[in-house]
Amino acid sequence: MDLTSQILQYVLSGITVGAIYAIIALGFSLIYNAVEIVNLAQGEFVMLGAMLAVYVLQAAGVPLFAAVLIAIVVVGGVGALLGLAAIHRLKKSSPLSLIIITIGASIFFKGVAMHLWGKDALPLPAFSSGDAIEVHGAVLVPQSLWIFGITALMLLGVYIFYERTSFGKAMRAVAVNKHGARLVGINVNRMVVWAFAISAALGAVGGIIVAPVTLASYDMGTMLGLKGFCAAILGGLGSGGGAIAGGLILGILENLGAGLISSAYKDAIAFVVMLLILFVRPSGLFGGRSADGR
Amino acid sequence: MDARSQSPRYHFLAFPIVGALLAALPFALHNNYYIGVMVFIGIHTILALGLNLLMGYAGQVSLGHAAFYGIGAYTTAILTTMLKWPPWVGLACAPMVAGLAAYLIGMPTLKLKGHYLAMATLGFGMIVKILFVEYYPLTGGTSGMTGIPPLSLGKLQLVDDRQFYYVVWFFALMLIWVSYNIVESRVGRALRAVHTSEIAAASVGVDIAKYKIQVFVLSGVYSGLAGALYAHYIRFVNPDPFGFMFSIQLVVMVVVGGMASIWGAIAGASAITLLSQVLQRFEDYEVIVFGAILVLVMIYMPQGLTKSIVDLTARRRSAKPSKPEVLP
Repeated sequence: MDLTSQILQYVLSGITVGAIYAIIALGFSLIYNAVEIVNLAQGEFVMLGAMLAVYVLQAAGVPLFAAVLIAIVVVGGVGALLGLAAIHRLKKSSPLSLIIITIGASIFFKGVAMHLWGKDALPLPAFSSGDAIEVHGAVLVPQSLWIFGITALMLLGVYIFYERTSFGKAMRAVAVNKHGARLVGINVNRMVVWAFAISAALGAVGGIIVAPVTLASYDMGTMLGLKGFCAAILGGLGSGGGAIAGGLILGILENLGAGLISSAYKDAIAFVVMLLILFVRPSGLFGGRSADGR
Repeated sequence: MDARSQSPRYHFLAFPIVGALLAALPFALHNNYYIGVMVFIGIHTILALGLNLLMGYAGQVSLGHAAFYGIGAYTTAILTTMLKWPPWVGLACAPMVAGLAAYLIGMPTLKLKGHYLAMATLGFGMIVKILFVEYYPLTGGTSGMTGIPPLSLGKLQLVDDRQFYYVVWFFALMLIWVSYNIVESRVGRALRAVHTSEIAAASVGVDIAKYKIQVFVLSGVYSGLAGALYAHYIRFVNPDPFGFMFSIQLVVMVVVGGMASIWGAIAGASAITLLSQVLQRFEDYEVIVFGAILVLVMIYMPQGLTKSIVDLTARRRSAKPSKPEVLP
């Protein structure tokens, strides 16, 4: 492989994993916009989605798409529960205790997953069979195409939800001004719970589409979640478009860095990028830190 | 706020009492296992003290403090095994290196606020942990470093748990005393002002940036010393104890012990250290129970154990609900 196709390969794998970061970052931004909570349990929703899909597929013997749907709905429900716990303390607590609540929840979810499904990595079948595609000397597995497509769909869905539905507009109103939203008759607490549910379901989708490539394991969520968070910061916390761009940029940088500089420090790249952007431009590449949910 | 209720007189009494109790404790504990737990509570107390100065008094969050703990441990490990420096010199250098690291990372980081500061310190902690794992020529990678010499007094090598207990608690009590004096000084008042309102503090002439970086470096120094004590106690270091989870545990120690409470550091460090010892019996359930306790404590006692218990007894006594906290 010459250098060009090598770089192309890194970029392609970068986009694949970056798409997952983008979905996770979008989930972060959804919750951050609605309640200004940094939900560090987001990564565990990714894990729960993947593990549940594997489990339902094996235990219930239903078709893949049914298992996927069940997993997404269940994880959305778990997210709603966490949202309920969070709003319970919302008015009285500092941001710090809310962060600790989400960390506690993430430890709890991880522990439950380890107990239920063991420590081994489990496989989820790819969504379609077929050989790897060759593009100018670089190789792309069909699952990557699924990841691109589903990620694009998710982003489009979130966009339409915010821009075209009255429900989405109500959620944006909560993000802009809670008191104002309450005054015009929006049930703010319900919106917060929904924000958690949607963001958890999004995370689950991310986990499910990546599981055929990386396998599913109880400890896959933490690192993915933190890197998704780096992506959200990179793009601008609270900005939907920024979350997507941040995720893709981070995925590509990470793979290029690992391939061309040092694979040992692959995991550090995301955090170094996040620190640099925080030092230079804390509002992120695309964020005016305006919480308009787009 | 809290610190005001700790009148100098109360503190003056508390010091010899706690000191005497701690000095007598090893005679009551016949099992060396408990002495070992007490050594760890001492180390964690030093860590919680430093983090409490930062979080409780200056109001700055750090989710990466395990990094400074690790830097302290690795500094003395490298100095005493590779360069064969005497253990006490390693123990003295560790806080300095950790403090320097805190200065370098604090300068750009402390400009950030709230969630951004939390995530920057988290990122810093992750990077340092990865360095411990990957930079094996210096750190020994995941297998770590062995053969760290024990501390010694004259010809007496401090290898016994009971001896080390006194060393650790000597440092812990000394730092409690130092912290108390800082908190009650002009600097402490400035820090509390920064915590209450940065804008108000700046407008009365408090150099916010200077105080923030000073207290960040100080908490780095505390953590570095704790790390060095850990290294000379266990006499082996590997990256495991210095990860994200431990940073979180430290934050929890501070919150549970009570923000802006010097003695609370002992309470928080004891509660969390004992809890993780007890939870070890649950084996696989350990993390589940720990996570659940974390969530429940934060939901029902966000002010920390000490304050919640004090509030509860006060409420019983006065038989009417306590007022919400009003800033002085």
